[in-house]
Amino acid sequence: MRADRWETLVVALLAAATVAASFGVDGFANGSNVAFLLLDVTEIALMALTMTLVVVAAEIDLSVASTLGLCCAVLGRLWTAGLPIETIMPICLVTGALAGALNGLLVTRLGLPSLAVTIGTFALYRGLAYVVLGDQAVADLPPAYTSLATQAIGPIPLMTLLVAVLAVAAGILLHATGLGRAITALGANEEAAYFAGIRVRRIKFWLFVASGAMAGLASLVFTFRYASARADNGVGLELAVVAAVLLGGVSIFGGRGTLAGVVAAVLLLAVVRNALILADVANEVLNVVTGVLLVASVLAPNLKVRLERKPVQ
Amino acid sequence: MKRPIALLAGLALLATACGGTTRSDVAAERGAAPATSSAPAAADPNAPIKPGLKIAFLPKQVNNPYFTIADRDGVAATKEFGGEGKEVGPSEASASSQVSYINTLIQQRQDAIVISANDPNAVVPALKQAMAAGIKVVSYDSDTAPDGRHVFVNQASAEDLGRTQVQLLADQIGHKGKIAVLSATPNATNQNTWIEFMKDELTKPEYKDMELVKVAYGNDDDQKSFTETQGLLRSYPDLAGIISPTTVGIAAAARYLSDSDFKGKVRLTGLGTPNQLRAFVKDGTIEGFELWNPGDLGYLAGYAAAALASGQITGAEGERFKAGKLGEYTVGAGGEVLLGKPTVFDAGNIDDFDF
Repeated sequence: MRADRWETLVVALLAAATVAASFGVDGFANGSNVAFLLLDVTEIALMALTMTLVVVAAEIDLSVASTLGLCCAVLGRLWTAGLPIETIMPICLVTGALAGALNGLLVTRLGLPSLAVTIGTFALYRGLAYVVLGDQAVADLPPAYTSLATQAIGPIPLMTLLVAVLAVAAGILLHATGLGRAITALGANEEAAYFAGIRVRRIKFWLFVASGAMAGLASLVFTFRYASARADNGVGLELAVVAAVLLGGVSIFGGRGTLAGVVAAVLLLAVVRNALILADVANEVLNVVTGVLLVASVLAPNLKVRLERKPVQ
Repeated sequence: MKRPIALLAGLALLATACGGTTRSDVAAERGAAPATSSAPAAADPNAPIKPGLKIAFLPKQVNNPYFTIADRDGVAATKEFGGEGKEVGPSEASASSQVSYINTLIQQRQDAIVISANDPNAVVPALKQAMAAGIKVVSYDSDTAPDGRHVFVNQASAEDLGRTQVQLLADQIGHKGKIAVLSATPNATNQNTWIEFMKDELTKPEYKDMELVKVAYGNDDDQKSFTETQGLLRSYPDLAGIISPTTVGIAAAARYLSDSDFKGKVRLTGLGTPNQLRAFVKDGTIEGFELWNPGDLGYLAGYAAAALASGQITGAEGERFKAGKLGEYTVGAGGEVLLGKPTVFDAGNIDDFDF
C-alpha cells in the first residue's frame, strides 16, 4: 500500500476514528457493540465487493438493493407456499443472478449506459418485489437460520467471517489474476483493452451477473438477520454501497481501485455512524459528516491528478 | 452460463430430496415447544417511580410532526417523574435503521425503550437482546410482535373509533337523515372493522332516524375519493352526512364539499389530522372530526415505561399504574394499554395542535 494513495488515508482515518471512539465514546469499545457494528454492515459489505469490480470496469449497478428486495420477496413467497428453505436459498441466488444478467445483457448487447439501465431496473426489480409479495411481511422463518445469521464468536459475527472470505477471494481476483488485470484494463481504456484481446463484453456481462447473485446472497443474510422477508427490504442500500466504494478510492471513471480500500471505507462509515449515534449526535449531523467524507473522497483523487498534471501543461 | 445454473438447480433438488425445513416444520416445532416465558417478578403497584430513569423514544422516523409531538410530550412526562428522556431515530422510516438505534440504546444502558415499529418483526431480535439486558420495552403507535415488547400503548381501539365517529356525526345532523361512508379500499382491514362497529352502533334506538345508504370506496386515492364523493351526492342529493374513516378520504371529500353547493349542508366527519383539515374547519365545511392526540400517546407511553422500569407493572393483564395528568390505566389482554377515546378536533381547539 503506497503512502500517497487515497486508500492509505482511508485506513489511517479508520484507525484514528476507531481509537478516538474507543476512548471518547462510552459503550463503543465493547464486544457486543463491535459485534453489532460488524453485523450491521454485512449486506453493504457483501454488495460493495462486487460493486468494486463493476466500478473498476467503468460501469455501475444501482439496482443492487432492489435486487435484494426482489430476492427477499421471492423467499417470502416460496416459504409461505411451503417449499423447504434449503430449496429456496439457491433459488434466491439464481433470481439475483438473473436480475444481474438482464442488466448485463442490456449493457453489453444493446450498448446502453449502465447508469441508465440500472436506474431503470432499480425501479423494475423493486416493483416486481411488490408484485411477488405485495405488502405482506413473512416472519415465521426457521429459527436455525435466523440465529445463524446473528450468531457471533466473541465479537466476530459468523456473517463477518463470510464477508472476510469473500473479500479475500475478490481481492485475489482483482489484484492477482489475469482476469483482475483485464477488468482494470477495460475499465481504464475499453477500446485498448478490446484490441489487446480482452473479451470486454463477456467480462462485463459476468460482472453484472456476479453483482446480482451477490445481492441474492445479501438478501438471505438480510432476511434471516431481521427475521422478516418484505418487498421493501433494503430500500436505499444501493447508495450506502456506492458511497463505500467511492470512499474506498475506486475511481468512478473506472480503471483503478483496491478491495482493501473499499473494505476500510465500509468499516470507516460504520464506525463513524455507530460512534456518532452512541454519542447522541443528531441525525442531521450524521448525514452531514457522511456527506463530507464522500465529497472529500471524490474530490481528493481528482485534485491530486490535477496537481500532477500541471507541470505538463 | 448454463453450467452454474444447472449446478444450483441440482443442489436445490438434492436439498429437497434430503427433506428440507418447510414452513409447516417450523410451525410444528413452535407448537411443540413449551411456552418459555419465565415467571416474571411480581408487580408492586405501590413501588415509587425510580429517580433518574433513562427513557429513549424511538419513533418510526425523526422530523415527522406526528412523532415530534408524541415524543415531546413523552419527554415532558419523563421530566415530571424526574427521569431523563430523549428522542432518537432514523431520518428515513426503515426497520433496519431502527435496529441500529436499538443496539446503541442497549450500549447506553437505557432503562426503557419506547418504540413505534417500522416492521413489527424485524425489530424483535434486537428488542429481545435489549430485554435480555434488562431494558424495558414499550411499543406505541405501531406495535411490534408481542414477544418484542412488554407493553403496547394502543392509541385507540377499533370499537371506540367506529362508535365515536357515528356519535360525532349524529350530534352534527341531529340524529336524523341519510348517511354514507367513504372508506379506503374494499379490503382495508382497519376500515372494515371500524365500519362493522359503525353499523352496530347504528342499530341502537337513538339512531332510528338515521340510515346508512352506502359505503363508497375511494381506495385511499385522492382523485378517486374526490369523484366518489361527487358520485355519492349525485345519487343521494338529500344526504345528511358522510363519515370518512381515512385521512385521504376525508381530505378529498372536504375539498369537494368546500367548493360545492353542499358546503355546510352535508356534514362531514371521520379521521383526519388537524394540519390537513384546518382550512376546512375554519371555512365551515367540517364541524368536527376526530383522531387520537399523539401528545397524550407519547405521554402515556413515557409513564408506562417508567412503571415497567420501576416494577409497578410487568405487562400482565389487570395491573394498574398512574400516568400523571391522564390518570390511572389498566394493562389489558396481551399487554395492551388503551389510551382512551379519540380526541375531537373542532374550531375551538384545532389551533392547539400542529401535526
